[in-house]
Amino acid sequence: MSRKLRTRSHRVVLNRSAGGDAGITFFLVIMGAFMFLPMLYAIMQSLKPLDELFMFPPRFYVRNPTFENYSDLFSLLNDAWVPFSRYIFNTVFITACGTLGNLLLGSMAAYALAKLKFPGRNFFFKMIVMSLMFHPTVNQVTHFILLSSVHWVDTYLAIIVPAMASTLGLYLMKQFMEQSVADTVLESARLDGASEFRTFWVIAMPMVKPAWLTLIIESFRSLWNTGASIYIHSEQLKTFNYAITQIVSGGIARSGAGAAATVVMMLVPIVVFVINQSKIIETMGTSGMKD
Amino acid sequence: MSQGKETFAGRLLRILKTIGSKIKSGVLRVVGKITGIFKKKEPDMIVDPTTGKARPVAREMTRRQYVWTEMKKNKVAYLMVGPFLILFFFFTVLPVFLSLILSLTDFNMLQMPHFKGLSNFQRLILDDEIFLLAAKNTLIFAAITGPVSYLMSLLIAWFINELPPKIRAVVTLIFYAPSISGSVYLVWQTLFSSDSYGWANAMLLKIGAISKPILWFENDKHVMWLCIVVALWTSLGTAFLAFIAGLQTIDRSLYEAAAVDGIKNRWQELWFITLPTMRPQLMFGAVLSITQSFGFGSIVTALCGFPSVNYAAHTIMHHLDDYGGQRYEVGYASAIAVILFAIMITSNMVIKKALSKVGQ
Repeated sequence: MSRKLRTRSHRVVLNRSAGGDAGITFFLVIMGAFMFLPMLYAIMQSLKPLDELFMFPPRFYVRNPTFENYSDLFSLLNDAWVPFSRYIFNTVFITACGTLGNLLLGSMAAYALAKLKFPGRNFFFKMIVMSLMFHPTVNQVTHFILLSSVHWVDTYLAIIVPAMASTLGLYLMKQFMEQSVADTVLESARLDGASEFRTFWVIAMPMVKPAWLTLIIESFRSLWNTGASIYIHSEQLKTFNYAITQIVSGGIARSGAGAAATVVMMLVPIVVFVINQSKIIETMGTSGMKD
Repeated sequence: MSQGKETFAGRLLRILKTIGSKIKSGVLRVVGKITGIFKKKEPDMIVDPTTGKARPVAREMTRRQYVWTEMKKNKVAYLMVGPFLILFFFFTVLPVFLSLILSLTDFNMLQMPHFKGLSNFQRLILDDEIFLLAAKNTLIFAAITGPVSYLMSLLIAWFINELPPKIRAVVTLIFYAPSISGSVYLVWQTLFSSDSYGWANAMLLKIGAISKPILWFENDKHVMWLCIVVALWTSLGTAFLAFIAGLQTIDRSLYEAAAVDGIKNRWQELWFITLPTMRPQLMFGAVLSITQSFGFGSIVTALCGFPSVNYAAHTIMHHLDDYGGQRYEVGYASAIAVILFAIMITSNMVIKKALSKVGQ
């Protein structure tokens, strides 16, 4: 799967014009600057001491880098009405439970949809593809009514349980399983007397590790970035991202801490992605939709 | 003998059992007779002409019987999909149907809903000017961010495909990072802040294009395009990764064969080989891009506040939030949701149809 791209030094030389190369490089540099500079600026801002933050004209680079903003952030969060650690705990707890649940339920369902032929599976899969076609916020009002009917509003469950049934991870997992788990392997496990659950857990799951990671990242990304939710009112249950947004929107006095908070918030998903990048790309290779 | 010692209770039980079995066989006979009227009677066993022995008749099952036996055979499959599907049904399917039903009522979370027919939709389209503005903004927003982010994802993925793997990984990260880093788009507020410490204002002041700072996010002339730029900045997400991966799975020998067959440049290569080969990824990416292009509401709210100045960046999503989350006019909000839902599904269907023609 993870085929390395061969350089064009050998075999047939593909037609590549120098003008095209130059144009593409130019385009990439422009786009790269557009994408990268704001990120870099966010990091720079977080390292600037107060006098550099309010300098006219503003400078892009920091002259006397300092970690003051980070310590400010820390003390600011500690002085908050709800302790800082509580926000972090909430985010970590929600992210861990939701992601684990999504991984277990999603890959079990993906296995059945990809490898077992049972009546209704095409219909189920069509529904899941359909669900990718609309943004979930369109449902939020009725979602709220349903959650309040089971008294889940203002509990962790309101965020965790719906996240377990997020469909993108299931979709990617199913597509990946279909192509990378051979039916013959499963068949021989069944002949050896393994139950279907055992076959799934012991044979199929280890073969789709790249897809696990992708599902985990997808779920992690959306849960980590959970901010102010209409389903949570209590300050004690709110997430780290919510706390950060509050600080960032806190006005000029908090510019430094806000910049530091943004960087903390963005670094975690980036690190997680960097570690798993090659696996994720491998999974995406099978993500195609037939029709 | 044991019969003599039989207890009263045991005897009663035996009698009841025989009565029970008599009733059962009687019922079965009656049922058999009734169904027999509709069914042609066929023998259960026939003599096999080749072996001369009796064997059961191989009957053709009806479709329903077949499905039922298949379902019984695959019980474990339902156990495996079950937990996910129950949650999926409860949190995704049910809300959609509930919206459809509530959109025909005047539900307000307190009183029992009354059926009001299509009057919610009538009010939306005929009387609600802000909704029409929101619909216009949503369509502009989606019509720009959807295709542009799609093309950006595809072109960038294609351009970086020929870079050496290590460099490609770094470049991928640069382009992908803004979409995973949560609220980092708030940095655009600093870049375009309304005082002279913001970059945009400082630059324009310096070159003398303006004499006083522009209130970027508080000015209805600027908010829309600023939000579009920020949305695009965060939009190279899963679709982009799918394209990168799709391009890497294409066999190089295809390109070599094409070069021999007279493909002249990379653009022909793209149109005749790359795009048709990765059509499944193109579909997947399109679905994600379209869905995403309707879901930028939270970015707009974070940047411009809610409601935005003069409703200049008010989208259907905001209107929904306004009526559903703040005014609790759930019936009316459901009507808004239904319209938005219809728009999203239709545009997805149309684009999918169009994409299936790529390279054909």
